[in-house]
Amino acid sequence: MPEIDWGPLWLTMQLAGVTVIVLLLVGTPIAWWLAWTRSRFRTLVEAIVALPIVLPPTVLGFYLLTALGPHGLIGGIWKDLTGSALSFTFSGLVIASTFYSLPFVVQPLHGAFEAVGKKPLEAAWSLGASKLDAFFTVASPMAVRGYLSAIVLGFAHTLGEFGVVLMVGGNIPGVTKVLSIAIYDHVEVLEYTQAHFLSAVLLIFSFLVLTIVYTVNRRLPIHVS
Amino acid sequence: MNQLDARFSIDYPGFRFDVAFTAPLEGTTAVFGSSGSGKTTLLRCIAGLTRVPSGFLQFDQAVWQDDARGIFLPVEQRRVGVVFQEARLFPHLTVTQNLKYGMKRSDPSLRRIDFAHVSELLELESLFERRVSGLSGGEQQRVAIGRALLTSPQLLLMDEPLASLDQQRKKEILPFIQRLNRELRIPVLYVSHDLQEILPLADHMILLKEGKVAATGPIQEVFARLDLPGLVESNAVGAILETRIMEHEPQFGLTRVEFSGQSLFLPQQALPPGAPLRVQILSRDVSLVVGDPPATSSVLNTLEATIVEVRKSPGDEYAVEVKLDVGCPLLAMITRKSFSQLRLRPGQKVHASFKAVALS
Repeated sequence: MPEIDWGPLWLTMQLAGVTVIVLLLVGTPIAWWLAWTRSRFRTLVEAIVALPIVLPPTVLGFYLLTALGPHGLIGGIWKDLTGSALSFTFSGLVIASTFYSLPFVVQPLHGAFEAVGKKPLEAAWSLGASKLDAFFTVASPMAVRGYLSAIVLGFAHTLGEFGVVLMVGGNIPGVTKVLSIAIYDHVEVLEYTQAHFLSAVLLIFSFLVLTIVYTVNRRLPIHVS
Repeated sequence: MNQLDARFSIDYPGFRFDVAFTAPLEGTTAVFGSSGSGKTTLLRCIAGLTRVPSGFLQFDQAVWQDDARGIFLPVEQRRVGVVFQEARLFPHLTVTQNLKYGMKRSDPSLRRIDFAHVSELLELESLFERRVSGLSGGEQQRVAIGRALLTSPQLLLMDEPLASLDQQRKKEILPFIQRLNRELRIPVLYVSHDLQEILPLADHMILLKEGKVAATGPIQEVFARLDLPGLVESNAVGAILETRIMEHEPQFGLTRVEFSGQSLFLPQQALPPGAPLRVQILSRDVSLVVGDPPATSSVLNTLEATIVEVRKSPGDEYAVEVKLDVGCPLLAMITRKSFSQLRLRPGQKVHASFKAVALS
């Protein structure tokens, strides 16, 4: 049994978990807006949200690195507020991952909200529910499959990111050294056993999560047509 | 009397919606018209689900919309119950949870409608623990009606609530809707293109045509107008009479009802003596007799009538429409030959014989 460093695995789970929470908070309003707006900026916003799907991670990583740096757009504000830098930190990684995985959360939610449609909402409003009330008690529960897809895809996509993390986070053990980078490191120094082990953990974990999700999804009593 | 005062206008491409009317806030007001006449738009404007840019809507003393003053009360604050064409139940909730969704959000001091009463009225008890997806179309619509009622609305808006149901289910639900108004005393605005739904229900009528109000008034008067050719096939409806059941004659299979002091006979009804019954007379079923009616006739129903107005039928060049007064308006459709033989003129006293049909 070789010596395995579990630090990167734990860090990866933390990063993916925190990122998914941030993504839900940021992605839900965007998806809601996209589902109902008639604004002509709609297609523009849709394109921006979808950019990370087609953009090479190094390109996105490069721009994020610039933005998150102490003189960058986001990093500068962060530094004024907290006094510390963003690049090569865990917080910086969360922000970068949020951009990177945004389409994987916004798109399922957008689709789910559209599938729910205006009709149940109108019924809820006519029954005295405020717009926010109707969102939480009718639209969200009816869009539960969309939320499930969004959480799984957002989590899994963050779990596997490599290029962006390398550009923005570097490779600092315990701070920014996540699983995919740890595997890369092991391969670089020909520690194939460790690489195999960590890869297998990631593979089995991903497989299990997806199986559970598809099973739960099939059994959910909500049928929105 | 309290009333609803509405003025809405908007230009859609190829369609101008321009509606203004007042309607009493009691009984059932039918909004009637063919599809595309703007019925649903009107209902959505009143509910506050659609906002036309220049509108005015006053419910009794409360202004719900006045764009001249920038007033628009959002739907959730109007306390209107809306029953849509499709039931629109919430699939993630049970029947009971659906029923209580609006009730829980209503002001307790304004609740006048009791959960047990509505459950009994709409026969909902057996459905309580069921999942919405397991209900039939008729059951879903009953739950939807109950859900809207339990908010104790000031006004109930129904948008073709029976349109998505087959004939059998329609017959199932219609009696429930008839009971609503009698028992709960909530003013109802009922949108439909189906005369057979409206005739038994409506007290008042707003007739829409191509986005405009073509006629409005008590239903008996609207149907007795001769100047609305083709709009509602009004020549088919001769009169709508509000009668009261007097007695049953089971040996003849008949029920005797009273209308303004005179007796009429109908096929036997299930209702008890004393119950009100709305009766329809078709204009083609009316025949006129000048002078005394023959002492022996197979026709059971004869009323004294005064001729009000005579005109040629727009739909049939060999027919004449005669508007009579029998204590309420009655339209008769007779042949031109009969008309010239009888030499009818306004003011003349005649006898009108007809077959009466119960509406329910």
